[in-house]
Amino acid sequence: MARIVGVEIPNDKKVEIALTYIYGIGKTRAKQICESINVDPNKKVRELNDEEISKIANFIQQNFKVEGELRSEVMSNIKRLIDIGCYRGLRHKLGLPVRGQKTKSNARTRKGPRPSRIKKKK
Amino acid sequence: MGRSTKKGPYVDPKLLKKIRQLNESGEKKIIKTWSRASMIVPEMVGHTIAVYNGIKHIPVYITENMVGHRLGEFSFTRRFGGHADKSASKGQVKK
Repeated sequence: MARIVGVEIPNDKKVEIALTYIYGIGKTRAKQICESINVDPNKKVRELNDEEISKIANFIQQNFKVEGELRSEVMSNIKRLIDIGCYRGLRHKLGLPVRGQKTKSNARTRKGPRPSRIKKKK
Repeated sequence: MGRSTKKGPYVDPKLLKKIRQLNESGEKKIIKTWSRASMIVPEMVGHTIAVYNGIKHIPVYITENMVGHRLGEFSFTRRFGGHADKSASKGQVKK
């Protein structure tokens, strides 16, 4: 078990994959991290020694915004849109697609599950 | 594709002229405009601009946060009053 930046505890997976469990790190960044501190991305997390883990943690802290910090940045961006009362802010508030997609059908990611139909009686 | 930085942000020249006049004289007056595509530039901060939405001009008070957005983003062109009450149509759906 390894603990990198806060509570992330990725385990039996390859380093490259395990790092993507951190909010704000996808495969591209995970590869970047492995490359820049010379860790084999195919190595499993439990095979890492303490030094490598602290190296990874340091690298992330210095270069990327992750987890809570990133989440709060995203939230504040959305909040700004809502506060200035623009169209995008309105769409965020209503929970509808923000970037001009159609809502006659689909758009379920933003709208959430369909309201259940009333069943017909025989 | 974004607009070339060489040109700077798009603002309707007539609107910009009026804003500059107001800034020089220090007046605050509502300016009507049809130019929804105009970018909000720092000079407009503190003014109220009435932006046309196809029916009428909606007054928009420009704050610092709005710089970089377009005027049309603050003057909605559609109205949606919500869906009809569900319980009213319920009797018809059931059979």
